[in-house]
Amino acid sequence: MRGETLLRVEHLTMRFGGLVAVNDLSFTAKAGDITALIGPNGAGKTTVFNCITGFYKPSEGRVALAHGGEAAFAAIEEATEKGARTLSVGDGAIHLLERMPDYIVTQHARVARTFQNIRLFSGMTVLENLLVAQHNPLMLASGYSVLGILGLSSYTTRQREAVELAKAWLERIGLTERADDPAGDLPYGAQRRLEIARAMCTKPILLCLDEPAAGLNPRESLELNTLLRDIRDRDETSLLLIEHDMTVVMEISDHVVVLDYGVKIADGSPEQVKNDPKVIGAYLGVEDEEVAAVEAEVEGRA
Amino acid sequence: MAVLSQSTAAGAEARVPDRFVSASKDAGFAALVTLGLCVPLVTLRTDSEEGGELILVPRLGLTAALCLAIFFARLGYLLLWGKEARAARQPTSRKEAIKTVATPRHSLTTIGLPIALGFAIAYPLLVTVINGGLSEARYWIDLGILVLTYVMLGWGLNIVVGLAGLLDLGYVAFYAIGAYSYAILSTTFHISFWVCLPIAGMLAATWGVLLGFPVLRLRGDYLAIVTLAFGEIIRLVLINWVPVTNGGAGIASIPRASFFGLPFNDDDDGFAAFFHLEFSPMHRIVFLFYLILALATLTSIVTTRLRRLPVGRAWEALREDEIACRSLGINTTTTKLSAFATGALFGGLAGSFFAVRQGFVSPESFNFLESAIILAIVVLGGMGSQIGVVIAAAVMIAGPEMLRNLGFLKAIFGENFDPSEYRLLIFGLAMVVMMIWRPRGLVSTREPTVFLKERKSISSDLVKEGHG
Amino acid sequence: MAVFIQQLINGLTLGAIYGLIAIGYTMVFGIIGMVNFAHGDLFMVSAFIALIVFVLLTSVLGIGSIALALLIVLVVGMLLTSLWGWAIERVAYRPLRGAFRLAPLISAIGVSIFLSNFVQVIQGARNKPTPPMIRDVIVLFESQGYTVALAYKQLMIMVVTAILLAAFWYVVQKTPLGRAQRACAQDQRMAALLGVDVDRTISLTFVMGAALAAVAGTMYLVYYGVVSFSDGFVPGVKAFTAAVLGGIGSLPGAVLGGIVIGLIETLWSAYFSIEYKDVAAFSILAITLIFLPQGLLGKPDVEKV
Repeated sequence: MRGETLLRVEHLTMRFGGLVAVNDLSFTAKAGDITALIGPNGAGKTTVFNCITGFYKPSEGRVALAHGGEAAFAAIEEATEKGARTLSVGDGAIHLLERMPDYIVTQHARVARTFQNIRLFSGMTVLENLLVAQHNPLMLASGYSVLGILGLSSYTTRQREAVELAKAWLERIGLTERADDPAGDLPYGAQRRLEIARAMCTKPILLCLDEPAAGLNPRESLELNTLLRDIRDRDETSLLLIEHDMTVVMEISDHVVVLDYGVKIADGSPEQVKNDPKVIGAYLGVEDEEVAAVEAEVEGRA
Repeated sequence: MAVLSQSTAAGAEARVPDRFVSASKDAGFAALVTLGLCVPLVTLRTDSEEGGELILVPRLGLTAALCLAIFFARLGYLLLWGKEARAARQPTSRKEAIKTVATPRHSLTTIGLPIALGFAIAYPLLVTVINGGLSEARYWIDLGILVLTYVMLGWGLNIVVGLAGLLDLGYVAFYAIGAYSYAILSTTFHISFWVCLPIAGMLAATWGVLLGFPVLRLRGDYLAIVTLAFGEIIRLVLINWVPVTNGGAGIASIPRASFFGLPFNDDDDGFAAFFHLEFSPMHRIVFLFYLILALATLTSIVTTRLRRLPVGRAWEALREDEIACRSLGINTTTTKLSAFATGALFGGLAGSFFAVRQGFVSPESFNFLESAIILAIVVLGGMGSQIGVVIAAAVMIAGPEMLRNLGFLKAIFGENFDPSEYRLLIFGLAMVVMMIWRPRGLVSTREPTVFLKERKSISSDLVKEGHG
Repeated sequence: MAVFIQQLINGLTLGAIYGLIAIGYTMVFGIIGMVNFAHGDLFMVSAFIALIVFVLLTSVLGIGSIALALLIVLVVGMLLTSLWGWAIERVAYRPLRGAFRLAPLISAIGVSIFLSNFVQVIQGARNKPTPPMIRDVIVLFESQGYTVALAYKQLMIMVVTAILLAAFWYVVQKTPLGRAQRACAQDQRMAALLGVDVDRTISLTFVMGAALAAVAGTMYLVYYGVVSFSDGFVPGVKAFTAAVLGGIGSLPGAVLGGIVIGLIETLWSAYFSIEYKDVAAFSILAITLIFLPQGLLGKPDVEKV
């Protein structure tokens, strides 16, 4: 399945009153890739994320996710016409995310996310955070609490498995020692890693990370790169990330989409994007030729 | 070095009269404000003459007494517990002080509940021995029943407010639904208490879902106000729907509960005869005490278990961060509704108990004040803490009740002084004082529901209070 | 038709009183985001102060002119109720500022319980009637034997409400105090950094709310001619409903909401059932919050993710 298209965003538009935050955006993300969504402040990146993860209902456009290989996309029109959220195609299924409420996106379409300003359950322990992420399977195992209250052993077994999964993730993010500490007590970098681990405990096929490197020091940033690559290579999870830190983007992403003022201005490999004059212009706010002029001036003064 | 310490000591001594002067000034100001507040509300009492004309009765003495009382209370507070007084006593920095408060106390929460349960089981025996007879202990057992009812209500509301972080000011509605369910089912359809009890619980839970559903989108104070409105609507319907509820007159002669079929009377097939005891009306009272104890214990056990189940963890996660919950695939609507329904269920059970104990229900028992008292118990106890609720219920319910026993106050304020008149006044004042003293409640630490190596209590600084 | 117009006049009068109380809720909620639960009881306290001062002026000091007596009652009532408002904020709310969100609410409920029981203990539990103060009415027209009249007291209530609303609107919009209030509403810490005395601003907000509650209390007494210690809760909740309906934080919204609630209540009583008038008011509160949480004149709140 790796290398096949996983997510297809088509003509996505999001308006808030008169403001057009995202305008006619289309791009795709491949399974097994780390796809980066970059752009200057206010370019509409987080809005795109919120549309993909169901927190916003897009004004227009379609966001489709294929389970079990890109063959499922064949049914995209059928699903759209039927008004279905999900349509099974052979072994796989097509999910139209823009039609789903946020929690269904995670529960059924298996898209998980993190937030720009970390949203951990700070008054719960690290371990509890990871167990809350496994809510849905555990809820089922507890017979929607009815059997759980009676103390059935099937639930106990399932809970032990959930703890094992949590322990495995704690191992991977290096927080085993702090499992019983409140999440709010962790240092910033550890909170970022915990949020990623928590999202991974929902067993997503697509993980959306909103500025995972923001506020990290260089060492933590390196650790994060390792973790993200590790997720891409070891888990059945593809990544979509918003990032400001260009070094992170260039180092780990396989595919980069650049947004400016809600419009896509570039799409390609990190190499291609890096040398795109439009991208440079957008980031520095001036035309290509002027960049050189400004640089020369600055150097001259120094 | 010696010179230095000498001068500091001298400085400290010199500061004492200073402190006294500034405290006096402050207290004088407080007394002056009190005077302003008392004129004319206290100083002139309106009384109706014959014929309905209002006349004013001056009460200068009372005004002066109040102002003086405030003056000395403020002065005493400033000198003994004021900021400067504390600074003079302990030269620790504020930061350190916070740290000691935040140190988790394992013992209270883990061993507190079993101790409380043990005490409650022994309580009727204890008060019987102390008062020298079962009948003589009636007042104390009644008081125990009252406190336990509020403990149960507090635990029920705790699920909604303490765990799920949803502020419910209309909890009394479910108490009322439980009470009226039993009252109506038993008087109209002659269904026994033991059948009605689960039905009443289920009805209350259903209403919890019905009332909860429209308000799920609301947050914080708005949710509080809408739940308050729902509580009032239910009460007004109880008053006005006369054919069913008998209106403001209430429903009387509600059948009493039997001991699993054995009625508490002096018949041959009664409880006393069956167990070959001498008949005493106290048997029923003691039975009611253990009944509410059992119901409260059930509430506690179920809540404790639910907390360790995914639904309980989802409630707490919801309190911490609703958006994060949704991002993890949790259906926050059903999660909130389940909290509402579970809380309402226990409210309904407690309501049925209330009806069977009183033998009479009327809408006036279910006014907003009841909701406020239950909420105050939850918040004062420390949100989410079960033992906290027990302590708070004991303090808030038994405390004002104790006023009745303070006969010596009559000696001070004269024969006409009825301390129980001041029950609610003191209750309101106590709510303010306790909140200022402990804004996070008595037991503010949170116990984790699961642990790998060691259970560590979580300081209240980190635990969120919920938004909705 | 005639009945309807008469009910309209009655509803507007009642609405004006609710609007005056609602301003107190809206201003406090706007600046510190707290439902000042004791505000309704403060209104009741002010009605008692007005009653006592009125009786003192007319029967003890023997002032013959009702207009002069009412003016003095209004001024004294506003001053003394403001002091109550200030003292309550200072004692029960200020120590809890920035604390846990539920604590001030519980404290406010405590104050509310305290106030009503304080008045009960100190003034007695019975209803306190006053002789009718202003009896004259303006007959507007007659139709089918039904006289539609505008009582002078109704006219007075509407005029006083309009003048005070204009005055307070001016203060909040145009004066440095109003600017400081709006700054504190946005961000207290930032306002403090910029030299706004936050404590003083919040105190003044409570004082202003209390003064308006005192006006409402006096008007209530004039209109109904009777007050009791338990009269604070229901008007309080209805005024809060008005504040929410109008859009919390908005002064004209509070008055508009008050008028809507007053009209609905009066018309409901006249045409449907008087027993369920409070149910109607509470249902409106619930419906508004559920379907129009920003109110009629408020700004919508967008969920930040």
